[in-house]
Amino acid sequence: MRLLIVEDDPVLSDGLGVGLGLSGFTADSVGTLADARAALEGGGFAGMVLDIMLPDGSGLDLLAELRSRGSRIPVLLLTARDQVRDRVCGLDAGADDYLGKPFDLAELAARLRAMLRRQEGRASAVIAWNGLELDPATMRGRRNGDDIPFSRREFAILQALIEHPGAILAKPVLEERLYGWQGEVESNTVEVHIHKLRAKLGTTFIETVRGAGYRLGKPAENGRKG
Amino acid sequence: MTSIRKRLFIILLAATGVIWLSAVAWIQHSTRTEVGHVLDRRLQESAQMVASLIRRNGGMPGPDAATLVDKAPALSDMGRHDYARQLICQVWGFDGQLKSESDGAPSGQLAEQEGFSEREVDGEVWRVYTHIDAELGIRVMVGDAHSMRDRLVHGVVMGLLTPAMLILPLLAALIWLSVRGGLAPLDRLARTLAYRPATDLGPLPENGAPSELRPMIEALNGLFHRVEGLRERERSFTAFAAHELKTPLAGLKTQAQVATLAPDAATRERALAQIARGVDRTDRMVRQLLDMTAAENAIDAAQTPAQDGARILAEVADELAGLAQVRGVALHLETGAAEWRSPQAALLAPALRNLLENAILASPSGAGVEARLTRDQETVRFSVLDRGPGISEADRPHVTERFYRGSASPSGSGSGLGLSIVAAAVEAMGGELRLAAREGGGERAELVLPAARP
Repeated sequence: MRLLIVEDDPVLSDGLGVGLGLSGFTADSVGTLADARAALEGGGFAGMVLDIMLPDGSGLDLLAELRSRGSRIPVLLLTARDQVRDRVCGLDAGADDYLGKPFDLAELAARLRAMLRRQEGRASAVIAWNGLELDPATMRGRRNGDDIPFSRREFAILQALIEHPGAILAKPVLEERLYGWQGEVESNTVEVHIHKLRAKLGTTFIETVRGAGYRLGKPAENGRKG
Repeated sequence: MTSIRKRLFIILLAATGVIWLSAVAWIQHSTRTEVGHVLDRRLQESAQMVASLIRRNGGMPGPDAATLVDKAPALSDMGRHDYARQLICQVWGFDGQLKSESDGAPSGQLAEQEGFSEREVDGEVWRVYTHIDAELGIRVMVGDAHSMRDRLVHGVVMGLLTPAMLILPLLAALIWLSVRGGLAPLDRLARTLAYRPATDLGPLPENGAPSELRPMIEALNGLFHRVEGLRERERSFTAFAAHELKTPLAGLKTQAQVATLAPDAATRERALAQIARGVDRTDRMVRQLLDMTAAENAIDAAQTPAQDGARILAEVADELAGLAQVRGVALHLETGAAEWRSPQAALLAPALRNLLENAILASPSGAGVEARLTRDQETVRFSVLDRGPGISEADRPHVTERFYRGSASPSGSGSGLGLSIVAAAVEAMGGELRLAAREGGGERAELVLPAARP
């Protein structure tokens, strides 16, 4: 899942990008409100981690602006001000969650997963499709009682597809989900990981739509479970 | 004397006492004069009365004519034994023969000349009036004793003083109570202040306060206001500082966790490098917080011995040489022959360091930063010039605010304290910070300080 991180401290911003990447997220970092607005214009973010004190203003202003425009993007406020009053203020401004600095990376990742889950209307942490159950917290799948491990990149691609069942995701969209990881995204990375996924899940689990991209194959029996 | 109450009491009591004593002296004097007049007049009348009785008696007084005087009415208000036998009388012929005298009259002629005279007889001073009747050829002399007159005056004065002596303690008590009552608002104010908690810096009520206390209350309220402002600044500074430190700490913790979770050596090493970078940044921030505190409490800094301004600049430049090298920026110093010693080196050094540091961090790699020291008659000028992006016009009015970070600050590296430190330090040194766009691009920052020792 692609996240926008709005944090001006370079060390923390870098740590968030890499750390959330290790937890299965793809993170884009910006340091100012102006850059955040520009990034949001482009869209494609499942959620946002927002600092309050930014060089060109308060994150709360951006949040209020987003909510007044009707944006429902889940936002986790990350800030040094973690008094009850500040938390109430932040949540009332339209934040979905709040975490005071310094925080635990695992807790941040768990809160982000819960936040995104709520956004999708799922109570369970596990996403299910076509008999496959995916647990984003552990980046593992289960099918017919068998444990299926995935690499982080495999999981990111699989999760992107399962979040949009039936939709065709173009290769650049999937690359974007991988973007931000350490190292370059090579031109055939997506193909390589689709190939690996098919090896684990069966060749019909993911279909190639020639010239358009990839989508999930038709469900064999159950269909999508909520 | 430290107690206003005692002071007022003693002043009032002394003043009242002096007034009372003056009144007594005046009463005594006027009574004596008045009594003297009245009694003199009586002597005169008595003498004339005796003479007229003798005339009516056919020119010759009976042997006891003078005894009439004894029967003359005594001063009725003095019906005491002391005043019995108030008058004596002698009637002498022109031939020098005593014709008649009253009982108790001393032997010997009472007076020589006509009118009033005084004579001491047997240790008693007599006031005598001599009436001469030329037709009858007699001298009538009527006298009274001085001691009697004194007793009379004494009696009148004592009559006035006795109640006054009784009243005096009462008056003292009244003065004491009045003074206490008059000073009660002061006591109330003191009590209000004494019971006030240290956190309460609200203004004292001015309404209902006596006009004498109002200037003091106003002054106190002014002081409260200033202290409150200072405390508010301290509080917000501390809160800001704590919050600002939490962000680099969060960065360190996150990077430490990344290093723990890192699946490969490259990721781990990168995280460790970030931790080192984070520690440097946090260190700089802590140093700036300390500089800020020093600049704002400039009193301590003023105690250091004077140091050579050019040497301070050189030392600061030396300290930052490492940073300049890492950033690929060349530092040029021009201290010339501007001799000047700063009595406030403890303030000047951090101010210069922050200016130079800003210039180095703002400069693109390969550019140069110039630092100059010039002096003229009245001012000493430290100029730092760079070829960085300069301060944007939108940020210019805010750059010296604490924790203000311009939107274009280089990769969010600053704490937003640097220029606030410079501004606070320069203010404490009685100088001025001038920031202006440099011709040809970049920023020109100048510290203008008074050349004379403050």
